[in-house]
Amino acid sequence: MRPSDLKIAARCEAAPYAAHFAGRLLDPDKPAPPDVTGPAGQAAEQRFGIYRNNVTVSLIEALAAVFPATRRITGPDFFRAMARFHVRTTPPTSPLLFEYGHDFPAFIEQYPHARSMPWLADVARIERAWLDSYHAADEAILAMEALAAVSPEGLGAIRLVVHPATRLLASDHPAFSIFSANRRDAPVGRITATEPERTLLTRPHLDVEVRKISPDVAMMIAGLMEGVPLGRTAGDTLAAYPDFDLSAAIAFIIEAGAFCGISTNGVHDET
Amino acid sequence: MEPNSIATGYRALRFPRHRIDGMAGTSFKHEHLTAILEEDRRHGFFEVHAENYMGDGGMPHRALTRIRQDYPVSIHGVCMSIGGPQPLDRRHLARFRALIERYEPALVSEHLAWSTHETTYFNDLLPLPYTADTLQHVADHIDEVQETIGRQILLENPSSYLTFTESTMTETAFIRELARRTGCGLLLDVNNVFVSATNLRTSALDYLADYPLDVVQEIHLAGHAVQSDDNGEPLLIDSHDGPVCDAVWDLYEAVLSGTGPIATLVEWDSAIPDWPTLTREAAAAQAILDRCILPDHRRTRRAAI
Repeated sequence: MRPSDLKIAARCEAAPYAAHFAGRLLDPDKPAPPDVTGPAGQAAEQRFGIYRNNVTVSLIEALAAVFPATRRITGPDFFRAMARFHVRTTPPTSPLLFEYGHDFPAFIEQYPHARSMPWLADVARIERAWLDSYHAADEAILAMEALAAVSPEGLGAIRLVVHPATRLLASDHPAFSIFSANRRDAPVGRITATEPERTLLTRPHLDVEVRKISPDVAMMIAGLMEGVPLGRTAGDTLAAYPDFDLSAAIAFIIEAGAFCGISTNGVHDET
Repeated sequence: MEPNSIATGYRALRFPRHRIDGMAGTSFKHEHLTAILEEDRRHGFFEVHAENYMGDGGMPHRALTRIRQDYPVSIHGVCMSIGGPQPLDRRHLARFRALIERYEPALVSEHLAWSTHETTYFNDLLPLPYTADTLQHVADHIDEVQETIGRQILLENPSSYLTFTESTMTETAFIRELARRTGCGLLLDVNNVFVSATNLRTSALDYLADYPLDVVQEIHLAGHAVQSDDNGEPLLIDSHDGPVCDAVWDLYEAVLSGTGPIATLVEWDSAIPDWPTLTREAAAAQAILDRCILPDHRRTRRAAI
């Protein structure tokens, strides 16, 4: 802490107005702070309630903006009640609201009233990942030509550099199908999927693209994202899935734009 | 070219210096981008909330870059927490600085309010008492922001619902002294003046008569919601979700008739209307701006500054 910070810290104690507000804004049972008043000595209770309402409602709306499919599934009233609990127990710690809600899927998983929707948390995880992907840094995606330029004997040893916007999620539920059906305005038809689904999010151009991917491709991408060399990842995947089509998988991950470069033995080549 | 870098060579290819003087502008919302680009380039500016452009990359930066090429842009911070007693968040301040370096906005502004306490961000513009102590720490915070970004900021007056019993200064005296000590300029939110005066049962005209209009470089206009308090008296909520009300237009014209034109933003942040509706609201502000050009405007403003 710089000396001037110590001075300001002392000021915080001398000027308790922020602490008085902060301790009451997220707790509807507490009275207004003692040091505020309405006009002509009028009680400040209702007026303080405006701030309390602004805080809670705006944060619920922030979650609704991050999780529109989740909200559509639960309906607005259910969502508002669930989000209000979360806002009060886990308010944001960053002024960047597009970073808010990373703890919300885990909260949904534990929320008693959502137990009948065991897939809801995973749908929320896809939505949170979508916003991370949307704001991620810009990088050109890895081109097939760059991969083709690697000598065949060197190919097995390369590692791929994951694109900043790439996210991979695995669910025990058909989370991708439920997400896709609810993340748009069109009517939600009958969702017949019941199997576990894996979801890949990428941003090859400007728009975030969300794809359901097969278990073998997911296994290979997961390995590559962890920095496992291409040869070993492909071998592991083939061992687990004998029908795995390696060249189709490589064409797919290039087209989806999941990676942005090649590194050989830790030497990073910005391609 | 790496779109996120702020490299030296990149600067030479940067944005034109659009002038903002005497213009009306609107909040920039992504849903309007297509409509904005489809029409002929208009007279006017766009204002964005700084925090919405603090992500690393993607569509927000692409959209703002596109707009900044054709239009003057004003960057309006909403969560620096300048009015809070605790030290400024230096990571946030660094992001703010990077954003200003990247987009070279015509105007930079922040609020006389706080929004973070300890580690919690409350997402609201919260009030502070006006005392010698708070004056000193808010002035220190403004100094720190201006030193960090290397330019002047405009400070916006808040909308109020209550007052602090410990306040020893009026809001206008507090703001005037802040501007004098720090050299910051002011962003006069006329809707906030009206909302506060109604809620605190004071006079908006008295407030404006005591406000240091000579250092105002931007004006905000916005809509508010009307409720009533426990005594049945009006209680206005600064909601930015509708058109500017007639009383605020009248106050606005009263201000400009004395000062001459000042860049004016029509804020509309929720229940966002279609682009034609928003441009009509801005055109109304532009008509008043054009009506208030004083014959000796330039000389008067220069003398005041």
